Amino acid sequence: MKYAYYPGCSAHSTARDMHESCLAVSKALGIELNEIKGWTCCGASSAHQTDRELAASLACANLLKARQMGMDMVVNCAACYNRSKVANYEIVNSVQMRQSVADSLGEPYDGSVPVRHFVEILLKDLGVAALRKKIVNPLTGLKAAAYYGCYLVRPPEATGFDDPENPTILERLIDVTGAEDVEWSGKVDCCGGMQNLTRTEITVRRSAAVIEMAQAAGAQCVVVACPMCQISLDVRQADMEKLLGKKYNMPVIYLTQLLGLALGISPEKLGFDKLMVSPAAVLKAARKPVRQNVKG
Amino acid sequence: MTTRITKQNTPGSLLKAVQEKADVNLGVCYQCRKCSIGCPVAGEIESPPSEIIRRLQLGAGDELLQTGLIWTCLSCETCYARCPNRINFAAVVDALKAIAVEKGVAKPEGDAPLFNRSFLNTVRSHGRAYDLKAIAMYKLGAGNLGQDMDKFPAMLKKGKIAILPPSGADKGKVKRIFEKAAKNKGAGR
Ligand code: SF4
Ligand code: SF4
Repeated sequence: MKYAYYPGCSAHSTARDMHESCLAVSKALGIELNEIKGWTCCGASSAHQTDRELAASLACANLLKARQMGMDMVVNCAACYNRSKVANYEIVNSVQMRQSVADSLGEPYDGSVPVRHFVEILLKDLGVAALRKKIVNPLTGLKAAAYYGCYLVRPPEATGFDDPENPTILERLIDVTGAEDVEWSGKVDCCGGMQNLTRTEITVRRSAAVIEMAQAAGAQCVVVACPMCQISLDVRQADMEKLLGKKYNMPVIYLTQLLGLALGISPEKLGFDKLMVSPAAVLKAARKPVRQNVKG
Repeated sequence: MTTRITKQNTPGSLLKAVQEKADVNLGVCYQCRKCSIGCPVAGEIESPPSEIIRRLQLGAGDELLQTGLIWTCLSCETCYARCPNRINFAAVVDALKAIAVEKGVAKPEGDAPLFNRSFLNTVRSHGRAYDLKAIAMYKLGAGNLGQDMDKFPAMLKKGKIAILPPSGADKGKVKRIFEKAAKNKGAGR
């Protein structure tokens, strides 16, 4: 299981927890992630709002580097995953885009490098059975809301991630950890993350709606696979509470952090100290079942 | 709502420009409004997605570029995902934004163009995004330095935002991409 790993810019800034937990989980599961040398920004949401060709070219620069490595490109950031998938899709479906990107990069690219989100390789390449064998610390009793947001599932023809209206990949992985996924209808709603700095109140209101739905469904934490969602739901939670005069205390953690706990990795190695909303409820569930895990 | 149409351009010229830039054919829209029903910001704006399409078809011009949906849109792509005719309306919004910037419309609410410039500027010089610099550039320009000042110390302390600039990127490649884009249409300044 060898992959070309694209960390994405947030891995070294606002989503170090995402990156650290991804590396720790990979190590524990024997997944070999080879960081792409010299990787560059995928353009994020700013490039596609500015210039489509610029956006596709920035994403393709990394896909070309992955092609040289001869491996699938694995991304743990849903936003980078989305930009890379959309670039591949546009290259395949538009001759004009293919030409423009080739001109921009100085070499041709045919859109053929497979882009996978880390949760996809966990479920599809490794599989539930193999994962279950590695669980030493089942998170029994913890109720988690699987939250996908936009970037994993839309546009479906480009990402091909799962059912775009009712994906279940995260739920199946939550199930592996021993936690219980709650049924709720907010999982592909938008957190409003793109306006986080520009029109903050929109983000705060959209994110609060997501947190409230998760809470109403009985979740004790929200599990994400996207740093934009994590930042909106976690860092902005104080603003939601101020704006709406409520208290949520809803931890928002990466799937790789949750899985890491179940694999027996210490919270420090999984970046739990980076969270703004205290993950106490999650960590409590992780500590408790060690004694109960007598199945062997 | 009442649809006000002020034709500041040749009627239909914006429609044509948008369709070309976004690579979409709005002629296949049959106004089912699925896009508008799913749009998370429909309640905050004058015209939701399906109405923007209709207004474009009726010859709307620059009045679509200044306010409303295009600067409120979250790029969530729900409109695109649910459209039975596979119209990529999110790309229509991006195209309207790019046209607005090209035409130099006055600063829209939230000044997303300034944010995008600030962000892409750091990508061009470092090969990767440098959040702290992008946010500082944006906030200085937008004049809202005060907002979020309660959060930054905690985020910095937790290492939730990097202080040092990113390193290790293939900067030459990124420089070339930006130069080509600038040559093509003066984008990404
Ligand atoms: S969903 Fe598609 S066809 Fe229906 S109104 Fe919107 S753009 Fe038109
Ligand atoms: S992409 Fe923009 S216009 Fe489309 S549904 Fe989302 S917020 Fe609305």
